[in-house]
Amino acid sequence: MPHLTSPAVLAASATDGSNPIINTVVFGAFVAVTLFVVYRASSRNSSAADYYAAGSAFTGRQNGIALSGDYLSAASFLGIAGAIAVHGYDGFLYSIGFMVAWLVALLLVAELTRNTGRFTMGDVLAFRMKVRPVRAAAATSTLVISLFYMLAQMAGAGGLIALLLNIHSNFGQALIIAVVGLIMVLYVLVGGMKGTTYVQIIKASILIMAVVLMTVFLFGKFGFSISNLLSQAAYNSPMGEKLIQPGGSYGANNLTKLDFVSLALALVLGTAGLPHVLMRFYTVPNAREARRSVVWTTACVFVFYLCTLIIGFGAAALVGTKEIKSAPGGENSAAPLLALHIGGTVLLGVVAAVAFATILAVIAGLTMTASASFAHDVYANIFKRGKADPYDEVRVARLTAVVIGLLAIIGGILANGQNIAFLVALAFAVAASANLSTLLYSLFWKRFNTTGTLWGIYGGLIACVVLVVFSPVVSGASDSIIKAVDFHWFPLKNPGLVSIPFSFVCGFVGTLVGKGKADPYKQAEMEVRSLTGIGSRI
Amino acid sequence: MQNVAQTSATRNTIEDTGEIPVLFEVSETERLSRRQAGPDYLTIQASPEFRGLRGRFRRFVFPMSLLFIVWYLVYVVLAAYARDFMSIKVLGEVNVGILLGAGQFVSTALITMAYLQFAKRRLDPDVEKVRRQAGV
Repeated sequence: MPHLTSPAVLAASATDGSNPIINTVVFGAFVAVTLFVVYRASSRNSSAADYYAAGSAFTGRQNGIALSGDYLSAASFLGIAGAIAVHGYDGFLYSIGFMVAWLVALLLVAELTRNTGRFTMGDVLAFRMKVRPVRAAAATSTLVISLFYMLAQMAGAGGLIALLLNIHSNFGQALIIAVVGLIMVLYVLVGGMKGTTYVQIIKASILIMAVVLMTVFLFGKFGFSISNLLSQAAYNSPMGEKLIQPGGSYGANNLTKLDFVSLALALVLGTAGLPHVLMRFYTVPNAREARRSVVWTTACVFVFYLCTLIIGFGAAALVGTKEIKSAPGGENSAAPLLALHIGGTVLLGVVAAVAFATILAVIAGLTMTASASFAHDVYANIFKRGKADPYDEVRVARLTAVVIGLLAIIGGILANGQNIAFLVALAFAVAASANLSTLLYSLFWKRFNTTGTLWGIYGGLIACVVLVVFSPVVSGASDSIIKAVDFHWFPLKNPGLVSIPFSFVCGFVGTLVGKGKADPYKQAEMEVRSLTGIGSRI
Repeated sequence: MQNVAQTSATRNTIEDTGEIPVLFEVSETERLSRRQAGPDYLTIQASPEFRGLRGRFRRFVFPMSLLFIVWYLVYVVLAAYARDFMSIKVLGEVNVGILLGAGQFVSTALITMAYLQFAKRRLDPDVEKVRRQAGV
């Protein structure tokens, strides 16, 4: 995932071998097909349930593939393959965190939230609490996470454009970012949740197919022997044997090792708290299908990350660290360069276009989530106190999608080429701290109350943001955003190790301190409903 | 339905008055419809069938979650701090680190399948039973 995406993701890597016409044709075909599908899916899209949750009519398999589409961003494809190729074993650890994380969703979150909520994470958190403050908190964390995540994706788009279309001028890239943003808003406006789900399904299928084909092809070159692949990779890498041992990028000292543990914790606990993941569970009719969704996602993610391991080491073996590092995109260009080596310009075109399509689809999913949270949590339940006309609510959601799309375009243009990869790590940390802790308490702890919920969400959110602002990511290191001044005092780049336990403590203490006790009637309703689905409207 | 609402309300007024505003935060129409037509959640929650279901669910997912998180953290900590151990070669170039990493993939798949089986055999029938009793 995008953590690894360095500044100008991919900027113009392999441009010498790249053929803009093939790239554009493949990408254009993707956009044309998806827009057509979105248009066809849009016929019945006026009610809130249709717009937010696609009428809950998707099957577990469809939603599971779409979930993996939401989850597998361009950076997880390019970034992890690149990290493995250059830093070796440590890149593999990301894959493992991203995959194991789905067990949290399967066992503790998916089915219960499906039964409890209707459209957003706020539905679950506010179920038995004071509606307005809790919805405001849930919407805040949803918007913060979506915006961070989206900005990181958009910033990467500029570099990809350079690779795809061979456009290097800032103005040209800005123009294309704007076009990308508009296509994405169109997906959401025309298709609603149903349309974006189809986009995700198409994208995930292409991405996984491309990765599997590359892997099989590559593996064949090494006689289907992992040992041969590893020894060739180690032989070709300046790291030698160390390439296949842990510690390549996090082994420098005790602080970096601790940083790694912190990141690992945020990855494994963050996934099940990501609002755009949670929202997907409402597109299926019942808990059983939600369970099936997670199983399908796990299967997709499982295959995908096993393949990135082979692709990463394969790139080290066939392309070589030197060529990867000297390519304009740095380590992110490992997978495209490998594609060029094994399949020529056509395969490179396919891989680059798939990566671009991936960015587009992930941003569309995020826009959908953010607009739903604003319209449903903030407008309908806070401003209108739950009495909003559903037609107006959907209108507000569409309007919000346009505003968020514009913000993403402006942010993407401004952030183009900046090192904002940490934003995604931060999004995971916020999701693990603010969302997962309160979701789990809310579902499993009888006494949990409104004060505890607010403390948990805001405590986790504020801790994450403050710790990152005062971390080496922002100042005090050679690769910081602000180089002129050094005001960092928190040593770790990822706040998870501190902020996740902190939010659990906040939720616990807040509950004990809070005056309003838990409502036993609502608690009973939530518990019965979450486990059996009794009373959950379809 | 009516008496459930009363029991919970009376008990709360004595215990804690802060309870009432919480109830009224829910929109009037939604609250009324729920109280009139909704199933009797307190009774369902207290029924042995539901308690059995809840217990069975929690006895599976809590230990399992603890297990995979501990196993994951052990792996992460080993990768960060026990480099020599992780670098021991087992099969050709394949070392302990790669095998343990692959082990995480395998354990994730196994736990997923175990939960699927468990849910199908032990949870879904119980959910149906509780739903039937509640008349849904």
